[in-house]
Amino acid sequence: MVEMAQEKMDELRTFIAACMQKEYSDSYLIAVLHKAQELFGYLPVEVMDEVAQRMNIPTAHLWGVATFYHYFNLKPIGKYVISVCLGTACYVKGATEVLEAIKRELGVEIGQTTADNLFTLHEARCLGACGIAPVIMINDKIYGELDAKKVVALINQYRKTAQVA
Amino acid sequence: MGFQNTETKNSGNIHFGMRIERKATVPEVHYKITLCDGTSCIRKQSKQIHQILDQELRKRNLKEVVSVHLSGCLGMCAKGPILIINPGYVMYGNITEADIPEIVESHLVHDTPVARLMVEENHLYNRFFRIFGDVDFFGKQMRITLRNCGIIDPENIDDYLSVRGYEALAKVLTDMKPEQVVSEVKKSGLRGRGGAGFPTGMKWEFTAKQPAGEKYVICNADEGDPGAFMDRSAIEGDPHTVLEGMIIGGYAVGSSRGVVYIRAEYPLAIKRLEKAIAAAREHGFLGQNILGSNFSFDIEIRLGAGAFVCGEETALIHSIEGSRGMPRPRPPFPAVSGLFGRPTLINNVETWANIPVIILDGGEWFSGIGTQGSKGTKVFALAGKVRNTGLVEVPMGTTLREIVFDIGGGIPNGRKFKAVQTGGPSGGCLPEPYLDTPIDYESLAKAGSIMGSGGMIVIDEDSCMVNIARFFIEFTQSESCGKCAPCREGTRRMLEILTRITEGKGCPEDIDKLERLGAMIKKSSLCGLGQSAPNPILSTIKNFREEYEEHVNQKKCRAGVCAAMLSYTINDNCVGCGACKRACPVNAIDGTRKEKHHIDPNKCIKCGQCYSVCKFSAVAKA
Repeated sequence: MVEMAQEKMDELRTFIAACMQKEYSDSYLIAVLHKAQELFGYLPVEVMDEVAQRMNIPTAHLWGVATFYHYFNLKPIGKYVISVCLGTACYVKGATEVLEAIKRELGVEIGQTTADNLFTLHEARCLGACGIAPVIMINDKIYGELDAKKVVALINQYRKTAQVA
Repeated sequence: MGFQNTETKNSGNIHFGMRIERKATVPEVHYKITLCDGTSCIRKQSKQIHQILDQELRKRNLKEVVSVHLSGCLGMCAKGPILIINPGYVMYGNITEADIPEIVESHLVHDTPVARLMVEENHLYNRFFRIFGDVDFFGKQMRITLRNCGIIDPENIDDYLSVRGYEALAKVLTDMKPEQVVSEVKKSGLRGRGGAGFPTGMKWEFTAKQPAGEKYVICNADEGDPGAFMDRSAIEGDPHTVLEGMIIGGYAVGSSRGVVYIRAEYPLAIKRLEKAIAAAREHGFLGQNILGSNFSFDIEIRLGAGAFVCGEETALIHSIEGSRGMPRPRPPFPAVSGLFGRPTLINNVETWANIPVIILDGGEWFSGIGTQGSKGTKVFALAGKVRNTGLVEVPMGTTLREIVFDIGGGIPNGRKFKAVQTGGPSGGCLPEPYLDTPIDYESLAKAGSIMGSGGMIVIDEDSCMVNIARFFIEFTQSESCGKCAPCREGTRRMLEILTRITEGKGCPEDIDKLERLGAMIKKSSLCGLGQSAPNPILSTIKNFREEYEEHVNQKKCRAGVCAAMLSYTINDNCVGCGACKRACPVNAIDGTRKEKHHIDPNKCIKCGQCYSVCKFSAVAKA
């Protein structure tokens, strides 16, 4: 496990080094944070410190940026991230009911992760799939035309998959 | 399979000095030839043409890979005999027996359509309608921005080339000076499609007039308005059009660097864009000395990270620079001091996608579409309570009614239309009397809404307008960057008041307070986000004041949405199946099997589970 983290850290360092070669290297901060989150799933404190040092950016500035954008997770996330779209089209078509159903089913609030580390619940502003509203995204997959019942069935499907794996 | 023919109609003209390079043709291309076999064409020797075509194909051993079909009358008898070759839908007209060997040799063997015989298409967008024109949904549309979406393979540059792709770029580089490009865009009357509607040509002119040196061109693909997805679709369906627009923009203002700022939430669009940029570089449309000219330009992608305010141009620039995406006061405008302090031309995806068409068909042609002050077409993302959800591109001046009822097919499930919301969280809700408003920047603003980026959400009688207003202010409140007080504090106060009203705790002064506060926030906020944040509230108060008053005075929500004002009861339809009892999360439902059940109002949390599981319409909410 430690080795894996080391490997990921090395990959991040290589990425940062490449960015530092470019003109206006500071401007690649968000790209670096994207890369870090892609590798670690969230932005652990140690990783942030590493980024600050290697990019020669004050940690305070870095945290300012990381906390400004919704996309960055500062806490570990579950295996599956459920983003419930709360855009207008979804809202009008019953996204709140879908969200409530998920909350009930998982027993978590927005931003929290289930005790078994399987699901993290997020809200999304608009996933741009308004034609099939209401939608949710589980990791990179979009599911549309949901209601309270369908979404529970969907979660159960993921639970099954996780058990098998 | 990609369409193989390039330069469909432009053959023989001067752009050939910088001939568009193509990769080696894939072998075993199958052509399908359709020959009109109507009476008029027969009279004009179509039978003989068919025979000769057959002989030619045999002679060249093409019988296996080319299929010939006879069709009924195409109706273009004046141009007969007509022969159509697919893929590419190249149409030849007035052909004679003598032309056949040339067509076979040039088009079928060497993959170069014979320009002199081709029937000219008036405009680029016609192609879309030739393919989809008979579908009702498209009847009232006019597709300029989305002309290639759904037609070409977005991951294959050859496909884009076959629909006159990068021809506008070639034209600009050979025939036009940068000033001419700017004046063509000015002539078109194109205005920014991102929301504010600033004249694009003027923006270009400002940037072009800055002293030479490092300048930037930015494509704003940070489509944050909830309910709008035209930029995502445009990039996913036709990424090269956007790139071509940007390269032309770069040439016009004297920039060599482009940046696409795109939301991280759009993985497919990002992937297609990356692929398109790589292909464009490979073909010499990007990079050093584009198409052999001395103009160089390259594009990189920067990802957003989920902040609505980054759609504002100065905030977006800060975000590209790696900082918090907060806006700053203008002037100086980005055209003077933008990315890294350099002059920057920043336009929205949809705006860029119009550029190649304006260059090829001319600014004058473009300005013939639309209304007095708003030219061209606009893409709307039609969603909400409407039958045909999706993207709709219509000429400016089309009425809301035409979009919602003719194209959108009206409201499903026999429900009644209540309002249409345009412009997302910065826009307003327009009720029935406004349905005949022609859509353009000015008339929407006059009606109390805005064009915005083109989200259009249809709302039916099942939605509560107060709740909708609360939804929007909750959005803008949480997306407010916090830099200026009117927006940071003002939106929060508005949200508190609206929450109070929807919870049944509103007092009569609240409505006036909202109006006062809204007017103040509009006037004093720093950027567009704050200046437009009160719009949804002000427009719903203006158009649906009675609903607000009901909430405040009678504690009643006519749509049955605001939970605090609802109570659930079970009526005589109940057969005692027990479904509601099992569904109730707080055990508020009581009753023996096969007998009428009962809800305990003190335990009920008004979650509506019983209402949705009941198959006998026995649960009533009021």
